[in-house]
Amino acid sequence: MCKRFSGITALEDVTLNVEPGEPVGLIGPNGAGKTTFFNCLLGLLRADNGRVLFDGRDITRMPVYKRARLGFGRTFQRVELFTGMTVRDHLLVAERARLGTGRFWKDVLNLAGPTKDENQRANHTLELLGLIDVADKPIESLSLGRARLVEMGRALMTEPMLLLLDEPSSGLDQSETMELVGTLQEVQRERGTAILLVEHDVEMVQAFASRLYVLDFGVIIASGATGEVMDDEAVRKAYLGELV
Amino acid sequence: MSDLLNYVILGIPFGCVFALLAVGLVLTYKTSGVFNLAFGAQAFVSAAVFYNTVTNHDWPLLPAFILSVFIVAPLVGLILDRALYRHLRTAPAIAKLVTSIGLLIAIPEIVKLLPDFDFLQSSVFNPPTIWPNPFAYYHFGDYVLDGNQVATIVSTGAAVLFLTALFRYTTIGLQMRAVVESPRMTELAGINADRVSAFSWMLSSAFAGLAGVLLAPLFAQLAAPNFTILLIAAIAAAAFGRLTSIPLAFLGGILLGVAQGVLGGYLPADSVLSNGLRPSLPFVVLFLLLLFWPGLRHRREIVDPLSGVDPPPPGLSAEKRMRLLTYTTWGLGVIVIAAGLYVSLFVVSNFWLLIVTRAVIFSLIFLSITVITGMAGQISLCQASFAAVGSFGTAQLAQRFDMPVLLTMVIGAAMAAIVGALLAIPALRLGGIFLALATLAFALMFESIFVPLDWVSGGVLPTKVPRPPLFESDRAFLFLALGLLVVISILVILVRKGTTGRYLDALRGSETAATSIGINPARARVIAFALSAGIAGLGGGLLAIQENQANYTANYSVLFGLLWLVIVVTIGARTVEGAVQAGLALAFLPEILKALGLSPAYQFILFGLGAVTYAKHPEGVLEYNKRKSLETVQRFLTRGRQPPDGESGGVVRARPQPAPVAAANPAGDR
Repeated sequence: MCKRFSGITALEDVTLNVEPGEPVGLIGPNGAGKTTFFNCLLGLLRADNGRVLFDGRDITRMPVYKRARLGFGRTFQRVELFTGMTVRDHLLVAERARLGTGRFWKDVLNLAGPTKDENQRANHTLELLGLIDVADKPIESLSLGRARLVEMGRALMTEPMLLLLDEPSSGLDQSETMELVGTLQEVQRERGTAILLVEHDVEMVQAFASRLYVLDFGVIIASGATGEVMDDEAVRKAYLGELV
Repeated sequence: MSDLLNYVILGIPFGCVFALLAVGLVLTYKTSGVFNLAFGAQAFVSAAVFYNTVTNHDWPLLPAFILSVFIVAPLVGLILDRALYRHLRTAPAIAKLVTSIGLLIAIPEIVKLLPDFDFLQSSVFNPPTIWPNPFAYYHFGDYVLDGNQVATIVSTGAAVLFLTALFRYTTIGLQMRAVVESPRMTELAGINADRVSAFSWMLSSAFAGLAGVLLAPLFAQLAAPNFTILLIAAIAAAAFGRLTSIPLAFLGGILLGVAQGVLGGYLPADSVLSNGLRPSLPFVVLFLLLLFWPGLRHRREIVDPLSGVDPPPPGLSAEKRMRLLTYTTWGLGVIVIAAGLYVSLFVVSNFWLLIVTRAVIFSLIFLSITVITGMAGQISLCQASFAAVGSFGTAQLAQRFDMPVLLTMVIGAAMAAIVGALLAIPALRLGGIFLALATLAFALMFESIFVPLDWVSGGVLPTKVPRPPLFESDRAFLFLALGLLVVISILVILVRKGTTGRYLDALRGSETAATSIGINPARARVIAFALSAGIAGLGGGLLAIQENQANYTANYSVLFGLLWLVIVVTIGARTVEGAVQAGLALAFLPEILKALGLSPAYQFILFGLGAVTYAKHPEGVLEYNKRKSLETVQRFLTRGRQPPDGESGGVVRARPQPAPVAAANPAGDR
């Protein structure tokens, strides 16, 4: 299985490839085009040219919700949650959405509440993310850090092959971020989900990703194993120079 | 060629008036995020004041003009801003729209009830013009304009010059342009955004007032329907300007007026086209613009970049309720409903039986609003049209093909559902206020183009509808209506708790997030729209059978559609009880008012002003109070551990039940 994304204007010929089960980081300074790239990938923006290949299929023109059913899960930089629902409801609705299509009457007139199986799966994910104690709390009562975990749980319920995380560390402090990394590693170990992490917190990416892409002004200026990339001269100049 | 030019010139004064109101609409939408439909009513107020002072009190034109346009109109705007809209600044655009719909309904009725304005109760002809010499004609080459037309063009030109100068050369103009971007950001820069927004409200209200004063003589009549045309035309012009560009909105208004003039000139005088199309041109244009105008394609509503500063609105309480309390309230509800039913079936007169039946039927119709507004979070202003489709379908099929009336009722509901789905498909990418406006345009198109047709409404006289066998008596029919209400209530609850309901909840919470987990928003919304339209259609059919006729003007006019929405969102659009309470209110309130010796206009005022609360309590006022008092009782119980008798006493006091209204009224009859 192989995913290739190439050539997006505003992004100059960006090609990025994530192998199954691989934790990959995409970093770059503000304005480098990370989020644009991300949105093209997900279908929120349409790339002017280039293609998105997923599992060998060309999905460049596929609408967002179909990509989700195919195996894209995502979280948002600014959390997007369903107000008025409990944490558990978030996961259950995602579970239903995964099963998806062609069940008109069953969907419209669903007599049964969540089945045993659905509840079990939800509980399992809640435990994995350490959210079980707030499962029946309204979403509005959660802190930002935990709200992000709910987003992640919601994405995981759709059983994604590729999980796309958009700056999950923004708004979190150092210890929360490291906690998040721990959870991510656990998720990845257990589910074998490929994860593409878009970040500008270098430490977090270093701790998590095995491979890195560095984006600057819409161009990939370096890619490769995390350690090598971090030593790369061009990267240090373009991006880390200001930090180190 | 000269003919064409002549028609163009004839259209220009109308275009000017449309353009003036459109400028007002865009101005407030930009500065406060309110798409103020109430401008239609405010224009009416100024026109009424001008008429009253000049015709009834013999004021000279100039002071009357100054009073109505420069004093009354801005004052109304100022009051609305201070008392209402200022407090809604962070409410979603759709909530503000509902508020303005409430005002649109309430304001004209309030004016009519004022002591000096009772002349408005009957038709008012020949309103005065602002031109001193109304019978003067002016020749411009080959073309002739009367004084009023010249006055309209001149004052519009003056108003536009004034506005341009204001924006270009004054501080307040600059500040207004800043407030457009973000009131909070402007405040951080040391400007009092409240003052700026108050000023822009007064300014745009003055534009609306001027439009009203100029409009009345153009139609030679001071009548509410003309102001609806004015409002819709102005909305269409504003849509042409993408709701944000004042010059484009102005141009749009002029073009629309000209198009109307040209159409009027070239279409044969008495043809179906000229009778149907010309007056409804603004509706058609608005509908098409909203669906197809590229400028509105990916238009999101105006959002304050700093709006995240405010805490999110309080969510609905998701805490678990005590089981005992739930059972107690349920039990009480059942007892009260049973008692009300017994009283209405066996104790009171036939008249009250009919009122109760009406309440049941309207509860059923209002469930359609529970689906589209409560569940899908969309405002639809054409539910009355869907009900009318069901009603006409029931009547026509029964009359022409002699089909059993219960079957035609179901077919009528299916027809309404299909119309709903067909409307939903192109309107889907519109959300929020654009969808609301599109449904309003649809309702008006339906009213002015389809309803007059023979094969739809049966022409001048409403089509007769027979009662089905077994349900001929009024008592038996009440059971039929109740049975259907129960079935549809269960259906709505199932859908709400089922997968589709959850999808709709998720979409209401965050559309981007919902699509990111694989929910197809278009599908969920089309289902909601079709279901809602189908329920409304079923209710319409039932009403037609009950009344033995499909009577459009008495039940389904656009104004009623607005009133329905306003009643339901005021009382509670999220729950089945809310719909039932709203149905009871609609049926009983006119009778209560009659009993109190008050004008039926009060129902428009009451609910119109009630809708103002929607922005604060989107779940409905009654629903809000119910939750709050239940919470209080629950806290009281768990803390104090009161003996059981204290419990039930608390519940009775705490729960504002719908049913006592029903029970109290038949009792009051005796």
